[in-house]
Amino acid sequence: MNWNRKDLITIQDLQPEEIVHILDTALTFEEVGHRDVKKVPALRGKTLVNLFIEPSTRTRTSFELAAHRLSADIVNITATASSISKGETLKDTALNLQALHADIIVIRHSSAGAAKFLADRLDVSVINAGDGAHEHPTQALLDAFTIRQKKGRIAGLNVTILGDILYSRVARSNIHLLTKLGARVTLAGPSTLVPRVFEQLGCRVCYNVEEAIADADVINLLRIQHERQRQTMFPSIGEYASIFGLTKERFARTKPDALIMHPGPINRGVEIDSDLADCKRSVILQQVSHGLSVRMAVLYLCAGAQPAEEAA
Amino acid sequence: MDTVAMDRALTRMAHEIVERSEDIGKIALVGIQGGGVRLAQRLAAKLHEIVGKSVPCGMLDITMHRDDLSLRKKPPVARQTNIQFDVTGKHIIFVDDVLYTGRSTRAAMSEITDFGRPARIQLAVLVDRGHRELPIRADYVGKNIPTSKEQKVRVLADEVIVE
Repeated sequence: MNWNRKDLITIQDLQPEEIVHILDTALTFEEVGHRDVKKVPALRGKTLVNLFIEPSTRTRTSFELAAHRLSADIVNITATASSISKGETLKDTALNLQALHADIIVIRHSSAGAAKFLADRLDVSVINAGDGAHEHPTQALLDAFTIRQKKGRIAGLNVTILGDILYSRVARSNIHLLTKLGARVTLAGPSTLVPRVFEQLGCRVCYNVEEAIADADVINLLRIQHERQRQTMFPSIGEYASIFGLTKERFARTKPDALIMHPGPINRGVEIDSDLADCKRSVILQQVSHGLSVRMAVLYLCAGAQPAEEAA
Repeated sequence: MDTVAMDRALTRMAHEIVERSEDIGKIALVGIQGGGVRLAQRLAAKLHEIVGKSVPCGMLDITMHRDDLSLRKKPPVARQTNIQFDVTGKHIIFVDDVLYTGRSTRAAMSEITDFGRPARIQLAVLVDRGHRELPIRADYVGKNIPTSKEQKVRVLADEVIVE
């Protein structure tokens, strides 16, 4: 497998072999996390900038730790603490970062297409850490890595994504990845948040939770993205929890080996019963650990794919 | 180097390892990915035959410790590292198929110290083809094959081909 991409913008762009190559590479980094010295010198001398125009703790910390473990130097920039609040455009901010000899820019932005916008204009590697409701490729990759670790495969599995699909970049990236690798994807939630149009991406759309999770091997729960919804899409949180939340009663009627996943942050008592979040079949915290290995793999591959002239 | 010669060389190397070891219980073999892994397993089997007990055997992928990562146009494929024993205090013997520039050995030495502090590190190679670029030498050599830099040395499952 030859890796030629300097950027990771969407899962939609990737070939199935490229996805598998990232997951295989992540496996070698998973081992590094169990060493006495959890660090390798692969990106020594490279500089990574975390450009987070939209708030995040999990993803930003994960990229930061991943970069540290690869021996890269790292700078964090958030919207409020930068000249973006003084009216500088995204392009100018990024060009300034490039002029400071950054090698990799990890960007999170509230607008779909922000990462592609930068990748088209910069020579440095650009990694999409979430752009609006468009894609969040590393989340889908770490979800796939977790499924592969737990189930040994992805092809042929039934994966149900439950919750706010419409406003979720995690859902979009997951749908692309899982269908490319041969899983059957079911989307479920309130009809206002799970439009039928998603069937065009090769998914089953279902408005009854019991039916959607009955034969699921993996149940991936999504948080309601209040910050992206222009109006209320359902009557109340309580109503959502009672009709669409994963309760103990509902979970008891699923396959005995069904896994519970969640990209976080979780809202206990809303999309998931608090006890279920901590149960043995919940792999929510393992997803977080795997995220580190997957992001190390993405940084290693994208930073290493730059032509020698540029790297020098 | 054919099947018989290769097997004899490995047998002799195993005997040399036993002869020169002060405490066979401290020995652990580490195969360097990719060509060294299979050879390390074969050496471990031979050591088991000679001393009657099993010798720990692991594998090390040195990709992340290479000194030419930033010179390459594509990231080299990373392979599995699996060391299931504590290396601290051990007498580690790296096993590789071909010793050439010595840069892989340098990377392996720097990487193994991330797992602990071995009491001693030695190097066993099936083929030493010369052209060292670093002050490194092998402790156990299957065969010295003088080569030119233009030639390729291929170590297959049962034979060595110089082309």
